[in-house]
Amino acid sequence: MSIDLSQFLPSFLEESDEGLALMESGLLDLEPGDDESINAIFRAAHSIKGGAGTFGFNQVTDFTHLVETLLDEMRDGRREIVGADIEILLKSVDCIRLLIEAEKVGETCEDSRIGHTTDLLNQTLALSDSSNEESNEQASVESTNVGGSSQTSWQIEFIPEHHLVQTGNDPIFLLNALADLGEVSIRCQSQLPAFDELDPEELFLTWQIELIADVDEDEIREIFEWVEDECQLNITKVETVEQVLAEPEHIASENTEAPVPQIEPEPVTAPEASIAPTSAPAASTPATNDKANKPAAKATVKAKPDAGSIRVGVDKVDSLINLVGELVITQSMLSELGNNFDLTKVERLNAGLEQLLQNTKELQESVMRIRMLPISFAFNRFPRLVHDLSLKTGKQVDLVINGEQTELDKTVMEQIGDPLVHLVRNAVDHGIEAGEQRIANGKPAQGTITLDAYHQGGNIVIEISDDGGGINRDAVLNKAIEKGVVEPGVTLTDSQVFDLLFEPGFSTAKQVSDISGRGVGMDVVKRNIQALGGRIQVESEQGQGSTFRVYLPLTLAILDGQLVKVGDQVYVIPLISIVESLQAKAELINTVSGDLVLYRLREDNVPVLPVYQLFNLPADNKDVEGCLLVVVEADGQKVGLMVDDLLAQQQVVIKSLEDNYQQVDGISGATILGDGSVAMIIDIPGIIDMALSHARDKQDQFYQSMTQEHV
Amino acid sequence: MANILIVDDSNSIRDMVSFTLKSASYNTVEAKDGLEGLNAAKRSSFDLVITDVNMPNMDGITLCQELRKLPNFRFTPILMLTTESSTDMKMKGKSAGATGWLVKPFNPEKLLATIKRVIR
Repeated sequence: MSIDLSQFLPSFLEESDEGLALMESGLLDLEPGDDESINAIFRAAHSIKGGAGTFGFNQVTDFTHLVETLLDEMRDGRREIVGADIEILLKSVDCIRLLIEAEKVGETCEDSRIGHTTDLLNQTLALSDSSNEESNEQASVESTNVGGSSQTSWQIEFIPEHHLVQTGNDPIFLLNALADLGEVSIRCQSQLPAFDELDPEELFLTWQIELIADVDEDEIREIFEWVEDECQLNITKVETVEQVLAEPEHIASENTEAPVPQIEPEPVTAPEASIAPTSAPAASTPATNDKANKPAAKATVKAKPDAGSIRVGVDKVDSLINLVGELVITQSMLSELGNNFDLTKVERLNAGLEQLLQNTKELQESVMRIRMLPISFAFNRFPRLVHDLSLKTGKQVDLVINGEQTELDKTVMEQIGDPLVHLVRNAVDHGIEAGEQRIANGKPAQGTITLDAYHQGGNIVIEISDDGGGINRDAVLNKAIEKGVVEPGVTLTDSQVFDLLFEPGFSTAKQVSDISGRGVGMDVVKRNIQALGGRIQVESEQGQGSTFRVYLPLTLAILDGQLVKVGDQVYVIPLISIVESLQAKAELINTVSGDLVLYRLREDNVPVLPVYQLFNLPADNKDVEGCLLVVVEADGQKVGLMVDDLLAQQQVVIKSLEDNYQQVDGISGATILGDGSVAMIIDIPGIIDMALSHARDKQDQFYQSMTQEHV
Repeated sequence: MANILIVDDSNSIRDMVSFTLKSASYNTVEAKDGLEGLNAAKRSSFDLVITDVNMPNMDGITLCQELRKLPNFRFTPILMLTTESSTDMKMKGKSAGATGWLVKPFNPEKLLATIKRVIR
């Protein structure tokens, strides 16, 4: 029988993630004398080490052991808690994370940080001697297994103290364990006191045991390991049996006449041996067992990819069950109505349908809530990040976090992490000024970065603000002109200038630092946010600081959409990407090369995309003049979509086209409308790409025909 | 079949121990710290207690001392499930009344074999 524990791996991984987060936040706030925190940190490390060992993650176990040793010294006061050690421990947390990640995919982690941090830990620990003691002990355990291989006869005298049984130890099990090692003959001597002195809860027996087995003294002592301080144990080696018996050893076991039940000595190397009913104590073969288990554990790790699980509060599940219950009641009410329906019951039918609508809505909200997690999951990495950054930059920065309990869809959460990290890095690196400069400007030397999250309509808003120097409007504008992003001499509003920060390749930092400002960044941040159906907004005041505001949809499964009609088809345009809708005026329409139409929208020339043409539809109106234009924006590009009619705005549930059909250019998904018909959801960046490549083709054709005409 | 009380603050370890014991058809009761374990022990009897050492609220050593004060648990085997292989911790466990210890990493076969050493 072998017990497969691989099913517990995901739960261990989840737990170690939590443990590491706890260690990190605990270390950041650790103050000398805070016993509860250091204990909690120690426990987290301890659990990770234990779990890792079970799954054969030896790199993790070995590394965490060092961490644990250091923590242990801090815990019982042998070591003072100093900043340098905390830094090492924080680095160690990162290393453990890396190691676990590597083990998850069954690899050995080669990252140089591991070796470096291991050295640091060893150096730190070398200052005290406890670690040496530990390694000595390990060495001695290993040496016990290098025993001889010949049968030896042992004389064992076991004189337990009277109170032995009071710790739950029963001599019969010890004797059985000895019997498992080899051939035994046991003699028991009783030293019972006079009856009136007899305590029934005490033990008055002693044993003489003769053991013939292929074991060394350590293996015998190991059986008595638990009781070694509660008994007198004399072990003497009588002789090596092989020297006495000319015959091979198996004959000896065939001719047994021992007074106790005999069990064939089982081969201790077989992994099954340790769970057979009267087996050898597994403790005597730790090395063998471990080796047998390691490959198995590794293999299962590889076989199980991260399925992605979610931890849901019981209250959420309960409310779901409650709502389903109500739905069932409504359903049975309606079906009863339907059984013998007549017009007198119309009112009740209406009421029932109303109730159904209510139930469905609540159920929908409730189901969505299951996927929602508090944003603290994304925020909790920032204290550490800011701590590290402030060390690196030498700036004093305080991080204030608000609205941690604001909930957000799990998928959105996973994808917003990196953009937020980038924004926070920027805030520390570019936003907050150096200490002296702050004091010169009459501000406290310590800068503050505030993270905030709150709900607004169907969106979640995440704010990253700093009380630093603010964005230098002129510097941004000059840089943009220098880079050719804008024409010299144009007048731009503040927010338009700040939007330039998100142009590809834009960086105003004079020196490219190690932290941020490598030139790839803000444009990627914006793209990532847009990919999630969100947008970003900047507000800044010179000398007062900046605020970056990220708007995200609460969920990716439901979208606020504008229904539009093109020909006889209804399409959905995501509301978040719509800038405005207008009726085209003749004087603002310009036709350029080919038949690309530009519409003058204040300072911008917006290309007009005839949706009917892109999707090959018969349209009511093929003329740009007087038609309805929905101006949408994606990737910084505005276009006007030509539609026949604007219909309702409503929330639509996104169904994947790819899963049900195949990917279609310009379409991001489909939805089912109230009347049961299917409407396509327009993929704004996709349709812009489509239109641009169409325009390019047309232009090429145009030039080709021009040159051909001239020839 | 024997009733076993498992006390550990780590969900995964508790799940694994419990799974292993159930697969050997023992009955198990789980508690997530010493305090919860002690309360469970006060409600019913167990043939064996397996406890972690480091736990919030009440650690394994204290749990052991408290259990030995209960009339039902004077002779009940108590095993400490621990990664601490140091002699110091073993002695602490012993003097608190523990029967023996199981050194982590948790290994199901080893666990079952060790249990055979303390209960029938």
